[in-house]
Amino acid sequence: MATIRIPTPLRPYTNSQAEVPVSGATVGAVLSDLTRQYPNLKQHIYNDGGELRAFVNVFLNDEDIRHIRGAETPVQERDRLMIVPSIAGGRPA
Amino acid sequence: MQSIHAHGEAAYPNEGAGLLLGHVVDDSKTVVDILPLDNEWEAGEQYHRYLITAQDMLRGEDEAARRGLDVLGIFHSHPDHPAQPSTMDRDWAMPWYSYVITSVQKSKAVGSRSWRLRDDRTAFDEETIQPGA
Repeated sequence: MATIRIPTPLRPYTNSQAEVPVSGATVGAVLSDLTRQYPNLKQHIYNDGGELRAFVNVFLNDEDIRHIRGAETPVQERDRLMIVPSIAGGRPA
Repeated sequence: MQSIHAHGEAAYPNEGAGLLLGHVVDDSKTVVDILPLDNEWEAGEQYHRYLITAQDMLRGEDEAARRGLDVLGIFHSHPDHPAQPSTMDRDWAMPWYSYVITSVQKSKAVGSRSWRLRDDRTAFDEETIQPGA
């Protein structure tokens, strides 16, 4: 199975696991499997519209999936994915 | 805290940001170091926006590990604005991290407050900052 690395702030939602085995043929399917296994993770990965939150970056074998095929990026048996947050914010204008 | 304030003053009138590094014991975080990072938001908007890229987060985590520390949260400054999280701060926040916000008024840091996002993402709860020895 492929595995997905969970960033530290989301590990409380995966029973403290840093690496989670996941199944799915695409990145989108893998993320769905992840949130099926750990439903409380879903609100921090997806917005109310069901889209990946802007700060959620997914890497497949160290490559940003945006540079491949996004959610349609194929996932192989021994691939390693990572969720890496970008952090942003700021005061009101 | 002095280092965080100095970083915010140096970044003024723009927002400065970086990582809080330290240890977690039970449910208490102890910050022992900081890692200032570049604000990668569009240049003309940095007076009210900051961005730490995924790549910088990865490098930051690697550096923390090299120092034997964990990434405990994020610090950033609010130029000429209170040290309170905005809607933008909340929309981009991760749970568990501590968010230390420093108010920098006319280039002088006047105070910092720490915040943690609620699990349901509806708001932040303020944390108590206890100065170190």
